[in-house]
Amino acid sequence: MSGPLRLAFAAMVVLLVAAPFVVYPVFLMKALCFALFACAFNLLIGYVGLLSFGHAAFLGGAGYGSAHAAKVWGFPPEAAILFGTLVATLLGAVIGALTIRSRGIYFANVTLAFAQMIFFFAVQAKFTGGEDGIQAVPRGTLLGVLDLRQPYVMYFTVLVIFLAGFLIVYRAIHSPFGQVLKAIRENEPRAVSLGYRAEHYKLIAFVLSATLSGLAGATKALVFQLASLTDVHWTMSGEVVLMTLLGGLGTVFGPVVGAFIMIGLENYLAQLGAWVTIVQGAIFVVCVLTFRRGVVGELGRALRTPL
Amino acid sequence: MLGIPTQALFGQLLIGLINGAFYALLSLGLSVIFGLLNIINFAHGAQYMMGAFVAYFLLQWAGLGYWWALLLAPLVVGLVGILLERAMLRWLYQLDHLYGLLLTFGLALVIEGVFRNEFGSSGLPYGIPPQLTGSYNLGFMFLPVYRAWVVVFSLVVCLATWYVVERTKLGAYLRAATENPALVQAFGINVPRMITLTYGFGVGLAALAGVLAAPIYQVNPLMGANMIIVVFAVVVIGGMGSIMGSIVTGFALGVVEGFTKVFYPEASNTVIFVIMALVLLVRPAGLFGRTA
Repeated sequence: MSGPLRLAFAAMVVLLVAAPFVVYPVFLMKALCFALFACAFNLLIGYVGLLSFGHAAFLGGAGYGSAHAAKVWGFPPEAAILFGTLVATLLGAVIGALTIRSRGIYFANVTLAFAQMIFFFAVQAKFTGGEDGIQAVPRGTLLGVLDLRQPYVMYFTVLVIFLAGFLIVYRAIHSPFGQVLKAIRENEPRAVSLGYRAEHYKLIAFVLSATLSGLAGATKALVFQLASLTDVHWTMSGEVVLMTLLGGLGTVFGPVVGAFIMIGLENYLAQLGAWVTIVQGAIFVVCVLTFRRGVVGELGRALRTPL
Repeated sequence: MLGIPTQALFGQLLIGLINGAFYALLSLGLSVIFGLLNIINFAHGAQYMMGAFVAYFLLQWAGLGYWWALLLAPLVVGLVGILLERAMLRWLYQLDHLYGLLLTFGLALVIEGVFRNEFGSSGLPYGIPPQLTGSYNLGFMFLPVYRAWVVVFSLVVCLATWYVVERTKLGAYLRAATENPALVQAFGINVPRMITLTYGFGVGLAALAGVLAAPIYQVNPLMGANMIIVVFAVVVIGGMGSIMGSIVTGFALGVVEGFTKVFYPEASNTVIFVIMALVLLVRPAGLFGRTA
């Protein structure tokens, strides 16, 4: 990492290590899961220029996977998370292979429809528990030593998972692979004429994004001990778009900031019922009309350094 | 036939046709808007719902019944659409088309949130107009008059739209502006105004569908949210931007969905998405679409 980025990363780690002693850990864990989800999503929209409107399928699908593995099959948490993530990878590979050829708006439309298919599957399938979801998922003991029922143990596990995911995304976008992705985003025909198989690169990015979204969803299911329809519903796909947009598309830290703002806002507005959607929608409108760089994007511009 | 009672079969066929009529009207509006503005109007579902609500308000506050609503609701909601286009959407035409999708998504959240706040999520009843109550006895089944009316009327509206776009001078301008707006403007045609009116017209179609739906599904703040995703799949299958494609696919998929309810009810919610996946494999641009 370059100077300012390293500094920002160090600041983020220090803040997140200190945070649970000041702020309610469950809130932080929720925000961290969504931050990882938004980072994974940003990999696609920010660096490949693909707007997926169906990422809820990966978050929710992995959640069902890990919850089922932990509760019904009695998997230990590390295996349950791994299994959930694998479910998302598989979903990502299948959906990606079918959709990656469509472009721009078509891509958004098609991913949305596939995610809706997963949603209806989740409504009807037996093992997902329909409207009830999978409840009372045991958190278990991580690697046989760490008792995840302790809030702080759970929190630091989530933090490690988040940081690992964050660094994977960072590594991916700052690698030769990431350079090719950006080239495809800027000018796909040119990248193809230079000999890059754009569809392969896009598919790999899509599957990676789905996998990391799955990691977020699988972890979230253990944190809340619940996998439910909310996570596969299309509004969830919209929410992750909003977090990323608000934080800053194509910035390293934007999705994290966006996720924390949105989850904080939801927490704050929870008493107000339907107002949450109104506020979310209004933020969407304002962001698109006047604030397209997002919080971190504007900050980076003011400091003249990409964050 | 195949051990299924004809009554149930034709009943579902009818429900399929009704749903198909709504799919066709909504995807037609989306197609028209997409053709000229190049945005996917995510607020289409919300505008469909607004159409139904305007019908309800007209009845409650002004005592104006169904026939007035059929005329006024599309105008009112279309006007709201025109205001939205002038105030917000037009600033986005220079940018990536994705921003149009995101903006209308935000608008849909706001509109649906406001209506849900005011009216809850249980439906409000809206009666069938007296002229269209009762049913025809076809011998093998009873056909409610109102449902027949919905199918016939939306078919007429769809075909009229197709005629205007594909066969008239106005439609020729419209199609030309879809291909090359700069050149059309150079010929002295006011393209920005055409864009505004097109958006208003597409939104009006959604509202019209909403009025038609009000007596069947009740007036519910969430009626559009449930509908719009399926309509998106219909648009993908038909091919975006194709007028006839939207109409044919809309009705056909409604019928397919209806039949699925008879033969394999578990799949009735997903069948359209499965078809979409298959179509994408064979023809990524949709059945009637052209590759860009």
